[in-house]
Amino acid sequence: MALTRDQIAMRVAQEIQDGYYVNLGIGIPTLVANYIPEGMEVMLQSENGLLGMGEFPTEETIDPDLINAGKQTVTAVTGAAYFSSAESFAMIRGGHVDLTVLGAFEVDQEGSIASWMIPGKLVKGMGGAMDLVAGAENIIVTMTHANKHGVSKILKKCSLPLTGANCIKRVITELAFMEIKDGAFHLLERAPGVTVEEIQALTEADLVIEGDIPEMKV
Amino acid sequence: MSGFNKVVTSYEEALAGFTDNMTVMVGGFGLCGIPEGLIEQVNKLGATGLTAISNNAGVDGFGLGKWLEKRQISTMIGSYVGENELFEKLLLSGEMEVILTPQGTLAEKIRAGGAGIPAFFTATGYGTQVADGKETREIEGRNYVLEPSLTADFALVKAWKADTMGNLIFRKTAMNFNPMMATAGKITVVEVEEIVEAGDLDPNYIHTPGIYVQRIIKGSFEKRIEQRTIKPTNEQA
Repeated sequence: MALTRDQIAMRVAQEIQDGYYVNLGIGIPTLVANYIPEGMEVMLQSENGLLGMGEFPTEETIDPDLINAGKQTVTAVTGAAYFSSAESFAMIRGGHVDLTVLGAFEVDQEGSIASWMIPGKLVKGMGGAMDLVAGAENIIVTMTHANKHGVSKILKKCSLPLTGANCIKRVITELAFMEIKDGAFHLLERAPGVTVEEIQALTEADLVIEGDIPEMKV
Repeated sequence: MSGFNKVVTSYEEALAGFTDNMTVMVGGFGLCGIPEGLIEQVNKLGATGLTAISNNAGVDGFGLGKWLEKRQISTMIGSYVGENELFEKLLLSGEMEVILTPQGTLAEKIRAGGAGIPAFFTATGYGTQVADGKETREIEGRNYVLEPSLTADFALVKAWKADTMGNLIFRKTAMNFNPMMATAGKITVVEVEEIVEAGDLDPNYIHTPGIYVQRIIKGSFEKRIEQRTIKPTNEQA
């Protein structure tokens, strides 16, 4: 069975370590916050100027001056800090954030990612995504393996305008957990009940399959 | 106005000298921390041909969305179009020039502009269309793009509190681009929630020193929320 959005988030959360500073993008990455392992302390960075993002507020505590990068009203946890956008991207560009999780339209076997525009159709702007992929060592991309017509988004070469070149190392889809190295995707884990052949069929990129591929634990 | 007293009492005074074809920075992230009254005044003045530097362009009908409606902006420099339909339409039709800039690069361009640094190298955007036509350089095995800094004729800033000398304190995530923009305007106008006497703000906790600020005005703010998200209560959960 392909993973649900929440199961993808659960698998990503297993990569988090105690004491991590983590930046979560919009969409599936945001859900990761719900699955941080029990007993671990994690500080969430929001690039609009908040380290230590908490849960959504109540009607009583809602504050228009306190939002996340998705412009949602949030709260701040004990030990949080507020700062300017320049300071925020110093943290990001300077490699101080331990883990970055973000979505994508396409990724390719050179580690390039496209996530910010579809020419002639959709222009959202790159926001902070280009800075995040340029600055972070440890990035996990969450995305769907193929579009609804079965066309792969795991490619030899991205077709859409890039967000960053040669910067992505790990990708988790509803079907697979893959690592990019030496110009190819390497299959590390498969979703429970999904066969290697099914993953292969929806992967346009070169896919290296070595030995028995374990199932994800979600 | 005399000595170091920078307080003005009308929006006309606050934006005296603001004309067509100027470059103007506007603080805020989405609708959070925007100088609402100053934006309104520029809209009222009707100045056109503006180059606007702001992370976003408001929403349809509020914030910079009003400048878009009146076609006051000829060039928009920002990082995110988001859900602003008019912005996307003006961009796709080519009616308005839009220079999409990565958010961190935008913040640093403004910071550098205010700090007298003409350009800087960053890895952000290397190998993407953001780097098209720009100088690149390899430094210690990594590739970087040369990004010129930004300054403006006017910087329109929103702060929480100011003293009469222009020392500023921002509140929570309403800080965002405001402190850098305050440093990068030839004329920096700050709209605040509260003006206090000099000496009433603890010098240890000033975010922006008054040297960067030319004019201060007390505003009243609607503080519209874009994405109102509430924790489900126990009954709903």
